[in-house]
Amino acid sequence: MANTSAAASTGTAAPDGTRRDFMFLATGAGLAVGVGAVAWPFVASMAPDAATIAAGAPIDVDLTPITDGQIVNVFWRGKLIFVRKLTEKEVTDMKAIPEGQLSDPAPFGARVKKGHDQWLVVYGNCTHLGCVPIGHQGNFEGWACPCHGSQFDAVGRVRRGPAPINLPIPPYSFQTDAKIRIGEEAKAAA
Amino acid sequence: MSAHANAYVPKSRVAKWFEARLPILGLVHSSFVAFPVPRNLNYFWTFGAILMAFLGIQIVTGVWLAMHYEPSATQAFNSVEHIMRDVNYGWLLRYAHANGASMFFVAVYVHIFRALYYGSYKAPREVLYILGVIIYLLMMATAFLGYTLPWGQMSFWGATVITNILAAIPVVGDTIQSLLWGGYSVGNPTINRFFSLHYLLPWMIVGVVVLHVWALHVTGQNNPTGIPIKSSKDAVPFTPYATIKDVFAVVVFMILFAWFIFYQPNYLGHADNYVPANPAVTPAHIVPEWYFLPFYAILRAVPSKLGGVILMFSAVLILALAPWLDTSRVRSCNYRPIYRQFFWLFLAVTVILGWLGAKPPEGGYVIASQICTFYYFAHFLLVMPIVGLIETPKALPGSILESVTGPGKQVSGSGMPAGAAAAPTTKG
Repeated sequence: MANTSAAASTGTAAPDGTRRDFMFLATGAGLAVGVGAVAWPFVASMAPDAATIAAGAPIDVDLTPITDGQIVNVFWRGKLIFVRKLTEKEVTDMKAIPEGQLSDPAPFGARVKKGHDQWLVVYGNCTHLGCVPIGHQGNFEGWACPCHGSQFDAVGRVRRGPAPINLPIPPYSFQTDAKIRIGEEAKAAA
Repeated sequence: MSAHANAYVPKSRVAKWFEARLPILGLVHSSFVAFPVPRNLNYFWTFGAILMAFLGIQIVTGVWLAMHYEPSATQAFNSVEHIMRDVNYGWLLRYAHANGASMFFVAVYVHIFRALYYGSYKAPREVLYILGVIIYLLMMATAFLGYTLPWGQMSFWGATVITNILAAIPVVGDTIQSLLWGGYSVGNPTINRFFSLHYLLPWMIVGVVVLHVWALHVTGQNNPTGIPIKSSKDAVPFTPYATIKDVFAVVVFMILFAWFIFYQPNYLGHADNYVPANPAVTPAHIVPEWYFLPFYAILRAVPSKLGGVILMFSAVLILALAPWLDTSRVRSCNYRPIYRQFFWLFLAVTVILGWLGAKPPEGGYVIASQICTFYYFAHFLLVMPIVGLIETPKALPGSILESVTGPGKQVSGSGMPAGAAAAPTTKG
């Protein structure tokens, strides 16, 4: 202590407050780290838990019973997914729509998997606020949302209403021509 | 003003002993007995007490319902039916709780429009008023969380729509949504945490109500003239005058409450919520509870998701700016001939927005919603600042006493009967 005050009184180095400032900042920083460390488990505990994540593993869907024009509801991770078999007419119609007419432009090819033009797999919740659009309604051969009036075409592209984007496509891949796996994209090599 | 005329003097030895250690009896005395109340208050000033009553009712019925309710996606719906069918008086507890929420909002809307009409938000009551806006926000959150708990169709889809609203927030929206869901979609973890938060928020409301009442007792109450208490003749003690009047108003309001519970228990709800939650089917007409409808109309008036969300939240938050947007020096609309017209227009627009919020989002309803939404915001951002500057207010009475007894022959010119305020003067 004596040394300290002697050093300070000589007045060559920093002013008297320096040590106290350092202590203050160090304590404050330590406190911030401590508060963060304690808060983290509380916040992290609210994230999806291990059981929920495990239950979200990919699922297989058999396509053979689905007929032309039919929309089948599938759940993956608690989310509704539409699996739709497009008719030839719907495929032709959708391919003919110029991208300029779309508020969220996406070519037909980006909505289906290559070589599987007839199969559409999209999330079944409206991209506005999550209601379930009703199939085969509206003016675009697709879906109409009963909540806020959004309409989607046969490949799930938004055509009218407050929905900001097209119905998103979940990760999925064709295992065979008659079976898809939702939750897993095809391996890159294939 | 808060210098109270007659301070609390403990009489018994026990009271003296206790008061020297924790002066809570003196606090109660100065806040609810000796507190000076403007003698001209009308019945709109009883809604604070009515709101206190309903906060109590909601907490008591809620605690009792929680003894029988199971917050899980598989059991919630069944446990609510169990409460309705098996639990002794379970139907009464649940109907009181569900309709109590609606009555709570009826009272809070009267309370808010009272504050807006009589300029109760103006200096020096800004903090008092903003605490009220915070209570209102907490009430909205609590009511929303509670409505999801029966896990019927409206519960499930209400939860879905509202959590998707939060997902529209840029950058952090998806994270917030995931933390609220506790999964990839609205499901069992969601209802668990919503129940927990629904139990938590009322206690936060209690805390803010304490601050609200504290702030009220610092500034004193506003009154229909908007002028402050200037002498002891302008005021009467809280007890018995305000106490009895508040109790009477609460009892009258309970008649309305009882009528709903016993004769129309489901009138304010939706039949769809008696259908168990089904994530594959959205109800044909999804609408929130009536007290959210004006904001729902604003949300749907905007043809952009983020824009609608921003406007909807702004519609509530803009209330908090009223003390600074209103440029008038006069508080009460009774003395503001021009602004008073706009006040009633604003009230009408809010009611029409509520009506539009219940209509399907198509055609003329959307256009009407857009016009009303425009006026809603214009009232705060244009009418409040501009009318306050250009308007010539009527002459204010010299004192609160004068406004009641009308001596001095000053043409006070208030077009207001002030009838309800007359009673206390007779006892003097």
